[in-house]
Amino acid sequence: MSDWIEIGTLNDIPQLGARVVTSDKGNIAVFRTAEDKVFAIKDECPHKKGPLSQGIVHGDRVACPLHDWKIQLDTGTAVAPDEGCAATYPIKMEGSRIMLSLKPNEGCPNQ
Amino acid sequence: MKECLVVIGNGMAGMRTVEELLKLDPDAYEIKVFGEEPYGNYNRIMLSPVLAGEKTIEEIMLNDLQWYEDNNITLLKGKKAVDIDRKARKVIADDGSEVEYDRLLIATGSTPFIIPVPGHELPGVVAFRDIADVDTMLEAAGKYKKAVVIGGGLLGLEAANGLMQQGMNVKVVHIMDTLMERQLDEPAAKMLRSSLEERGMEFLMGAQTASIEGKDRVEKVCFKDGSSVDADIVVMAVGIRPNIALAEKVGIHCERGIVVNDTMQTFDPRVYAVGECVQHRNETYGLVAPLFEMGKVCANHLAKLGIGRYEGSVTSTKLKVTGIDLFSAGDFTGDDTTEDLVFQDAASGVYRKIVVQDNKIKGTVMYGDTIDGTWYFDLMRDQTDITDFRSTILFGQAHLGDSGHGDDNRVASMSDTAEICGCNGVCKGDIVSAITEKKLFTLDDVRAHTKASSSCGSCTGLVEALLAHTVGGDYSVAPHLKPICACTDHTHDEVRAVIRDKNFKSIRELQQFMEWKTSDGCPKCRTALNYYMVCQWPETHSADDAQSRFINERAHANIQKDGTYSVIPRMWGGGTTPDELRAIADAAEKFNIKTVHVTGGQRIGLYGLKKEELPVIWKDLNNAGMVSGHAYGKALRTVKTCVGKEWCRFGTQDSTHLGVELEKMTWGSWMPHKFKLAVSGCPRNCAEATIKDFGVVCVDSGYELHVGGNGGIKVRATDFLCAVTTEEEAMEYSAAYIQLYREEAHYLERTAPWIERVGLTHIKENIVDDTENRKQLAERFHYSQKFMQDDPWEARANGAQQHEFTAIKQINA
Repeated sequence: MSDWIEIGTLNDIPQLGARVVTSDKGNIAVFRTAEDKVFAIKDECPHKKGPLSQGIVHGDRVACPLHDWKIQLDTGTAVAPDEGCAATYPIKMEGSRIMLSLKPNEGCPNQ
Repeated sequence: MKECLVVIGNGMAGMRTVEELLKLDPDAYEIKVFGEEPYGNYNRIMLSPVLAGEKTIEEIMLNDLQWYEDNNITLLKGKKAVDIDRKARKVIADDGSEVEYDRLLIATGSTPFIIPVPGHELPGVVAFRDIADVDTMLEAAGKYKKAVVIGGGLLGLEAANGLMQQGMNVKVVHIMDTLMERQLDEPAAKMLRSSLEERGMEFLMGAQTASIEGKDRVEKVCFKDGSSVDADIVVMAVGIRPNIALAEKVGIHCERGIVVNDTMQTFDPRVYAVGECVQHRNETYGLVAPLFEMGKVCANHLAKLGIGRYEGSVTSTKLKVTGIDLFSAGDFTGDDTTEDLVFQDAASGVYRKIVVQDNKIKGTVMYGDTIDGTWYFDLMRDQTDITDFRSTILFGQAHLGDSGHGDDNRVASMSDTAEICGCNGVCKGDIVSAITEKKLFTLDDVRAHTKASSSCGSCTGLVEALLAHTVGGDYSVAPHLKPICACTDHTHDEVRAVIRDKNFKSIRELQQFMEWKTSDGCPKCRTALNYYMVCQWPETHSADDAQSRFINERAHANIQKDGTYSVIPRMWGGGTTPDELRAIADAAEKFNIKTVHVTGGQRIGLYGLKKEELPVIWKDLNNAGMVSGHAYGKALRTVKTCVGKEWCRFGTQDSTHLGVELEKMTWGSWMPHKFKLAVSGCPRNCAEATIKDFGVVCVDSGYELHVGGNGGIKVRATDFLCAVTTEEEAMEYSAAYIQLYREEAHYLERTAPWIERVGLTHIKENIVDDTENRKQLAERFHYSQKFMQDDPWEARANGAQQHEFTAIKQINA
């Protein structure tokens, strides 16, 4: 399981911003919050597949750029009253290096 | 040890306060609630639909017993608080038990007033106040036929309607000569009466009840004039009184209600009171919206945050009788110092009256078509000067409901399948069931749950009307001054003043200073704050935070539904050249553009570009001399022109030249919302200047300047600002007007609603009448433009902001 891939460093992502990891299985959005927490989520809103990486990050959430659904970054779930989820991926920090696993966390069918 | 909060009264006001408190600080208190009724908390204003058989009790429950458990609240169900020992700080219940408190909240509501005539205690005489009353009435409706309702006010008529729906013959007895005299004037009351009569309701007007007679239960109601009517059930609905018995008994200062200050504190500082039982600034309230506002303030102080004051409410009324649209607010009778504006069309059942004093609305009453009620109410609450549109105000907000939902403005008579929100395909039935099932009270709630009115917003008036109609007019209207968003209690204007006066140049620092409730705001406030920073400090590059801009303004291109982007280069005044066209054609081929489209603003759009391609195509377009068209921003968009006198045989001035000059002057400026200009060469107005934010119509003698038009969601023709004789003047007025809009409008407020809010007179005073001010405004605009007129495409084509356009990592698994 521990197929960690180094994708870059913390400074590569702006605070309250995101970058994209592209792969042939679909894109993954990697977010950095104001507190420098890093989260990885499938770059597809459960609503109409909007690229979440392009949204505005606030707190531990991102607002989808297409129709303003709010997605919880730690769980990938849509904030009520909207319903749905996007798969999340394990992240671990080694110093300032960001390590990503391509094996999604369990719990969300949209992988 | 946690402090203990005891609440006396399990009604809407008390529980709303608790809910607000839980939101602010869920662990602040151990909470205990006295509730006399054997239920959770229910929506009392929905008792009428329950009586009418349109709703069930379950449907109107707000907090079921599980909710109390989930939130660790002890509900002392069926217990009545009969005494308070304020020294020992404990409440004594009817069974002798005692509950200690650190803080006490009295929310005992109101009690129905029962006329003490002989026989008022006979079985079959009920009030209309709680579930038990409704049960009694429903039971009677199953067994008997004849109902008499005493009281022709709001509550009485709703009770009468409900009993009629249950199959009873209903007579309404009213002491006055017109119905609902506290909410309606005579013409409206007459229209109401005749439509209720058409449904089969009977009325005895000017009738004074002398006694109620019967052997084992009520049999008839007798009047002072000696007449009488038979009755199997009598409903007394003559009014409510604040329930102050307990507070009075324990020496808390009461007048008509329990007297509270602006923080909802009684004269005993440990004791708070909210709801229908209180008297605040000499007013008592019997509607829901004020209770909610009180609850919010009270919760804030209970949570020891110490901000927020309740400053009283302006309320409006609606009658919850299916199929009848009626609205009233404020002082609708007027006096010697007021004037009446009246529109009456008896045949089509429409009546509206607005009472005006010094060109400000004091009150309004409407019957039939009430869609504009919320608009009049807003104007009244904000005390807007209506001079500029006084002659048309009775016809309503003309553009309301113009687009996407036909012209059907009577929400009560609409079918459930009528589409309200054309953007999101939301029908009346969807909204009504969401309101009732999810227990929604505010516009924001409805937006979140149904998406209605959450996109273009043109149906907001309809949704508000529907909300008012469904939950009663006393739905929760926005507080007097609207905060930017849920992250703060501060308004747009307050925030701008702080940015300006306290020199804030960072969103985060401002949010901390103004005590934002969230760690770093939300998309709504961050984008607004960022604009205010950019507008205030144009020379400070760092005041512009890319992460607080919507993606379009960060990527300098418009995101499309599939996540690709569109690219629209600027074409000055709508003109182009063979070289530019060639470069666009080459780029379209090179990047495999599927759609090349001419926009409404006289430009060419290329659609379907991947984000990483953007800097590349920009480079190509830059090389041909083209720059960003800002078609993606809350910014200066386009200046549309016709060819003017250079070619047109009707042209009076060189409209193309002026258009290009205007665009050269204004391009690159960020605005509260998008901003469009046009210059037409003659009054035939081919450039459609009269539906633009700023339009110039050339005439033989010079240039007519028009402001505040909109061709989008709500069509609004411009207002005429003034006429000038030279191009230079036209430019100066334009710059000054734009700067006034930039400095004063709220973020995401287009010029049309801005002008309707502040009034054309205000614009004229600033731009036309005051030469010095105009010059200063124009000067500030030019200063700002010095820092704005850098082509964002050029910088990025040359490598700036690369992280925005490239992947952090490409993986081929």
